[in-house]
Amino acid sequence: MIMENSVVTGRISSIQSLGTVDGPGVRFVVFMQGCPLRCGCCHNPETQGMEGGTEYTPKEIAERAEKYKEYFGSKGGITVSGGEPLLQAEFVAELFKECRKKGINTCLDTSGCILNDSVKELLKYTDLVLLDIKYTEQEQYRNFVGCEMSAPLRFLEYLNGIEKATVIRQVVIPTLNDNSENILRLAEIVKKYPCIEKTELLPFKKLCEEKYSGLKRDFPFAHLPEPTEQKMADLWERFNLEIK
Amino acid sequence: MKHKNWEGFVGGAWQSEINVRDFIQKNYNEYVGDSSFLAGPTQRTNDLMKKVNSLFALEKQFGGVLDIDTATVSSLTSYSPGYIDKDNELIVGMQTNRPLKRGINPFGGMRMAHQACEAYGYKVSSKIVNEFQYRTTHNDGVYRAYTDEMRLARRCHVITGLPDAYGRGRIIGDYRRVALYGIDRLVEEKKKDKANLAKGDFKTETIRLDEELFQQITFLGYMKEMAAMYGFDISQPAANTKEAIQWTYFGYLAAIKEQNGAAMSLGRVSTFFDIYIERDIKAGILTEETAQELVDDFVIKLRIARHLRTPEYNELFGGDPMWITEAVGGMGEDGRTLVTKSSYRILNTLYTLGSSPEPNLTVLWAQGLPEGFKSFCAKVSIDTDSIQYENDDVMRPIYGDDYAIACCVSAMKVGKQMQFFGARCNIAKLLLIAINGGYDTTSGINIGPQEDVLSGDVLDYDRVVERFDRYLAWLSKLYVNTMNVIHYMHDKYAYEKSQMALHDTDVGRFMAFGIAGLSVVADSLSAIKYAKVTPLKDSQGYIVGFETEGDFPKFGNDDDRVDLIAKELTHKTITELRKTSTYRNAEHTLSVLTITSNVMYGKNTGATPDGRAAGAAFAPGANPMHNREENGALASLNSVAKLSFDDCRDGISNTFSIAPQALGKTDDERSANLVAILNGYFAKKAHHINVNVLNRETLIEAYNNPEAYPNLTIRVSGYAVNFHKLSREQQREVISRTFHIAM
Repeated sequence: MIMENSVVTGRISSIQSLGTVDGPGVRFVVFMQGCPLRCGCCHNPETQGMEGGTEYTPKEIAERAEKYKEYFGSKGGITVSGGEPLLQAEFVAELFKECRKKGINTCLDTSGCILNDSVKELLKYTDLVLLDIKYTEQEQYRNFVGCEMSAPLRFLEYLNGIEKATVIRQVVIPTLNDNSENILRLAEIVKKYPCIEKTELLPFKKLCEEKYSGLKRDFPFAHLPEPTEQKMADLWERFNLEIK
Repeated sequence: MKHKNWEGFVGGAWQSEINVRDFIQKNYNEYVGDSSFLAGPTQRTNDLMKKVNSLFALEKQFGGVLDIDTATVSSLTSYSPGYIDKDNELIVGMQTNRPLKRGINPFGGMRMAHQACEAYGYKVSSKIVNEFQYRTTHNDGVYRAYTDEMRLARRCHVITGLPDAYGRGRIIGDYRRVALYGIDRLVEEKKKDKANLAKGDFKTETIRLDEELFQQITFLGYMKEMAAMYGFDISQPAANTKEAIQWTYFGYLAAIKEQNGAAMSLGRVSTFFDIYIERDIKAGILTEETAQELVDDFVIKLRIARHLRTPEYNELFGGDPMWITEAVGGMGEDGRTLVTKSSYRILNTLYTLGSSPEPNLTVLWAQGLPEGFKSFCAKVSIDTDSIQYENDDVMRPIYGDDYAIACCVSAMKVGKQMQFFGARCNIAKLLLIAINGGYDTTSGINIGPQEDVLSGDVLDYDRVVERFDRYLAWLSKLYVNTMNVIHYMHDKYAYEKSQMALHDTDVGRFMAFGIAGLSVVADSLSAIKYAKVTPLKDSQGYIVGFETEGDFPKFGNDDDRVDLIAKELTHKTITELRKTSTYRNAEHTLSVLTITSNVMYGKNTGATPDGRAAGAAFAPGANPMHNREENGALASLNSVAKLSFDDCRDGISNTFSIAPQALGKTDDERSANLVAILNGYFAKKAHHINVNVLNRETLIEAYNNPEAYPNLTIRVSGYAVNFHKLSREQQREVISRTFHIAM
């Protein structure tokens, strides 16, 4: 979005001053408003719509993040999540530029569904990318995400080309991707790209049900159970076997 | 001066004068490694602890008090020796002749003794009643001098929790002196001080001090007698670790036999003990296992310390804590850390003996602490919820590197400074009294300057602030004067002879005031300033409620618009308090600490403009009000960090609860992230934080099924409690607090 004085502003759904699960260390997490996808497992449904949120300039957000610099230590920093931050790539790029000036590590949490010049510019100022590979089958991407699987793979290809530090994340959803075939396919992808520093399997959680009912919407995956700890451990072991 | 028991120690000024700090500095070995050297409990420790745990269970079955000796006045030598298991104890000494049996201490006030006994089905013996019939207690003295206005302020709860019916506490004897010097040397030095006093003019101050010195010397003698009853001669310095711990404990034991002060803190002993442990390990007479065993046995003694309290007192404080606070870690003025292996050993008791609210283990956090120690502390916090943290980098420049914490957050140089404890005033209630022109709607009492109820359909910020400031000036003067009465009488009728004998004769004094309801008042003023607040009146025309329209900044969101209101409130309060002179020229200090009484304060306070309902609990200490934080945990910490320690030298308490999963995914991540949070918070010059890492669900389970969680310990406000000892109301309040769960 462009304002009169031509400062790019961003629409932000919310800000969490303490994040410890989206990127390394203690992080200031910004949730952008708006997402082109409609993932069945989405735990931030309030960020999906293109309307809403509060407008901020990159400088305002960078200054707020800077107030937490003492907590970041050597690993932490800012994470921009969403929503889909790539929809507002120009804003995020400016924000990351400001953050880097202040010595704040920058991390982008994305689905990788968009790759255009603005996104490429944003990646220049990004220290770490958290990339979701939500499924490993085209069919599932179409049914449960709303985009082609080629999109994140193309994004990953690009990240690898520019040697961008990347963490791959997948939410393990019982009956959909909690099987070894999926894990094997994921491992195949991970092995192919040296830019990937780490892979995380995250258990599907239903904590967000309240948010859906607050929005008077149905949680698409309400009928699915959360995976057991044992299941998570087994899949993780399987994955690591394959990686080595 | 030399002594054979000092062999192997590096000499220094500590030999020619009483100077424990110098001894520590010359002799301690800093430890920068990790926790891998630690030993577990021995069979003996496990067996002893088993006995203690069954005593705790029995005590609980008996309604919280196992037994009371109603025929004896508690003092150093008034009970025959008591043991848990005589042959298997390494460190000995009981307050009475049996573990968990409580003594009667009527010096603070007879009424409290009667009430406490009767509540548990006992009766104070006629022998004690007769003995005290012709004796003035502290409580008697206070009530002779209290003015009508002081009584009213107390009755309407605008000033509460005053130590006018029992011991004031918050004094830390330098119990280490008993071990380092032995009693004879301490007596000799006190006699010298007394002789010096005789050289000057005998004014009121001098005569008082002269008599106090007489009492101190007498009680040092009683300490020796008390130890002799247990078969020890403590006239000479301790010769080894076991004696050093035993002698130190005798010093502490004397204090808690003599005084039933609310907070009877221990000081800073672990690094002192470490010097003896290192010497004995080097000499081959101690191993890691036996060293831990001695520390364990000492801590067991601290865990069974008890005072007789009334059920009302227990309800207020969530059980019957003694605030046996031990300060651990910190940095030295020379840049070395004061962390030793014994800093680890004392924290390790939370594993060897299980988690526990007492002793109140307090880590003095500094940016420069060894990384291994920081990680270990974080791990202990995550595992046990039993430690609190205070900012050494903020306190060390003021108190040096041999200070300790009394109660929850009150710093003082060990053996060189003491404080006159003064509980707190309720500034949320004060705000309501001010706008009602000197009328407290909750109690129906007229108090303070009598004026008209503040007029206007909508509250005007400037007019409210102008009025609040005037009432604050009135209350501050009343508060200081009330404290002067209390502490004059406490010195006169219940002077701490044992503890003051373990202080320098020329001691520095603080007078510690406190405020409750800081976040309520800050948010209320913010609402008046940024939203529209319409007062609602009752039939008599008093303001009893508020209609608040529109949004306003709330404390706890790192928003200067309201955070600076809170900061300004503390600054104004201490500035007003300083205008009235104190008893014995004590230095005025201020705390933002409520202990668990935030529930009771709320109960006694009407609705406030921030939207808080009449009777609803305040947030504890300096915490933002529950569930008003919208930007997560660090924003909340930043708001509290803005309060200035210069204005609040008696401490700023913050209680922080976070779900484990919000700290990270793995154990290692969680402890690393907790370290980062503590580093960040204290780099912001914040003063104190209690850390609870647990899920609200766990507390709800413990609330519904208390038997299943006998040892669930949680940090409340400056100390820790067993969750099951909190009243149902306090439990509900703890559950309703903000838990940072964002992922």
